[in-house]
Amino acid sequence: MLLRIFMAVVGAVFSLVLLISFFSNVSTFLTSPPEATAEEEFHHHPKELALASNGLFGKFDNKQLQRGFQVYKEVCAACHGLSLVSFRDLHAIGYNEAEVKAIANQWATEVPSVNPETGEAATRKALPADRFPSPYANEVAARAANNNALPPDLSLMTKARHDGAAYVYSLLTGYEKQQPAELLKKFPAAKTPEGLYYNPYFPNLNLAMPPPLTADGQVTYAPGNPAPTVNQMAKDVAAHAGGWSS
Amino acid sequence: MSFAWAKPYEPKAPFMRWLDERLPLPRLVYGAVGGGYPVPRNLNYWWNFGVLAGLFLAIQIVTGIVLAMWYYSSADGAFNSVEHIMRDVNAGWAIRYIHMNGASFFFIVTYIHIFRGLYYGSYKAPRELVWMLGLVIYLLMMATAFMGYVLPWGQMSYWGAQVITSFFSAFPLVGEPIRVWLLGGYAPDQAALTRFFSLHYLLPFVIAAVVILHIWALHIPGSSNPTGVDVKEEKDTLPFHPFYTAKDGWFAAGFLALFAFFVYFAPNFLGHPDNYIPANPLATPAHIVPEWYFWPFYAILRAFTVDFILPAKLWGVLAMFGSILILFFLPWLDKSPVRSGSYRPVFKRFFWLLVIDVLILGWAGGSAATPIRVAISQLAAAYYFAHFLIILPLISAFETPLPLPDSISSSRLHGEKAEAAPIGMAPKGGATATAE
Repeated sequence: MLLRIFMAVVGAVFSLVLLISFFSNVSTFLTSPPEATAEEEFHHHPKELALASNGLFGKFDNKQLQRGFQVYKEVCAACHGLSLVSFRDLHAIGYNEAEVKAIANQWATEVPSVNPETGEAATRKALPADRFPSPYANEVAARAANNNALPPDLSLMTKARHDGAAYVYSLLTGYEKQQPAELLKKFPAAKTPEGLYYNPYFPNLNLAMPPPLTADGQVTYAPGNPAPTVNQMAKDVAAHAGGWSS
Repeated sequence: MSFAWAKPYEPKAPFMRWLDERLPLPRLVYGAVGGGYPVPRNLNYWWNFGVLAGLFLAIQIVTGIVLAMWYYSSADGAFNSVEHIMRDVNAGWAIRYIHMNGASFFFIVTYIHIFRGLYYGSYKAPRELVWMLGLVIYLLMMATAFMGYVLPWGQMSYWGAQVITSFFSAFPLVGEPIRVWLLGGYAPDQAALTRFFSLHYLLPFVIAAVVILHIWALHIPGSSNPTGVDVKEEKDTLPFHPFYTAKDGWFAAGFLALFAFFVYFAPNFLGHPDNYIPANPLATPAHIVPEWYFWPFYAILRAFTVDFILPAKLWGVLAMFGSILILFFLPWLDKSPVRSGSYRPVFKRFFWLLVIDVLILGWAGGSAATPIRVAISQLAAAYYFAHFLIILPLISAFETPLPLPDSISSSRLHGEKAEAAPIGMAPKGGATATAE
């Protein structure tokens, strides 16, 4: 009996403090309601992205993944690393041994190495067993080259964002040249700062990456592939990031 | 073990006789999970989740041992070693996804198991220790799961470790030194990661040991049952093997199919994307949330927003720990002599209210703390404490339970006369004859 009285008091105290918290919370909410933010009102949920790999019986479309890889190679790789992925992993999207060797050999960035004669730092051509070399030697160099912004590694990009591939596709196609007038009228402080770009699919609406896919035909696809429109390239690179790199 | 009619082990093969005389291991197994353990014949499917919890503990230990062969507990290398497992180790992705989702499923089956115990009054005499040992297992599971989530050293790992250990600093004077002592530094770093790995490997074996005590304590009075009526005679029970080994076996196969769906088709559904970003002590994630199985407790923690005598943070931490500790007193808070909720009309309503309440707490704890969500979690948390500490004792004092059946075999609960006699096993002149 004593135990039950004691526990009832404990329960009453906890519940009471919670109710006090509740009423203080509600009165704060009523007297000074939280102000809306530009992010809340103008952030867009990712667009729908229909891929061959969707659904229980979906299959990866290797031709599309190869096109996506080509976009990565010719556009993204200038700034973004893919440091958890190896060249040999390209076999998985249908490249043969010789093609993988050639891709590694011709990769724009070389792999850090050591000069066998002098022991000094050097670079060498990549081999299939190597991971994709990062475009910058380190974080400081990456920030220095990009207006103090750090281009994130893309190896896990689709797993590290909600809605994965759809998010990547939406971000790449979601840049707007001008902020909506309504936004500027309502939130003058939310004007895109100098050096950033307005994109409603990015959580805080402004990102440091300039629009990477700007013109149709920026990448030349091999014959027998769809026309390389910005939309198509964004779709392909998103499929490639979701289906292969992560 | 438990009842007079429990069959003693009789070795058939000469080798088994030879072994049994020297080391009575076959006798132990026969009495624990063989034909020598009589189980009430009317158990429903909610009784399968204890065995499933044991199965998931085994899955976690086996996959965890393999992962530890590849995992590298260094602040520089942990994240990449997990990716190495995912990308380069043979079937490494499967082992890691099984371990990752296995933790979630271990909690799913354990929560169902706990709520089954709450509904059917499994915590009541003579099974108080079974209940309390179960709670010890649950606490150990929470510690193990938390430390395991830190190991990949992603953003949520790091910031989760930061937030959870900061609970201790809410206590005056001793709090901050305890926090630093636990972490081995002022912030999570190499020292914290290595000790979490060491303890994450140790605790599952401690859990396994407490599971043995849990089952041992259960087998003294024997399993409870949906009517809550004590076993009275042999026809109330069936031998564990083959009846319940078969039922548990097929149910486990079905449940593993559901598990496989998550492992192969939605492996990251129950996780958080931020944990695929390497830990960065300089960048705080927008919303730090624990894994889903901690959401109700996280909601209780965040529900205290007013410094009433004590600081709000200390209230939150006390309430969060208190929300589990009060369950240890449950056998003495609910004094109703009727075990099963099926015969307790008032209790039953409040039980379902509690289930909804905990789901609301989980929802409130799983996402950003907006004022409305916090307000809802405050009401829900107040109900949680009121339910166990005030409402339950009052119900047990004032409720008039429904009449109980005379025995398991003559259970007259809605349709359970059929349940009490499995198909093809209807006792002649038993359940059906005495039902009304």
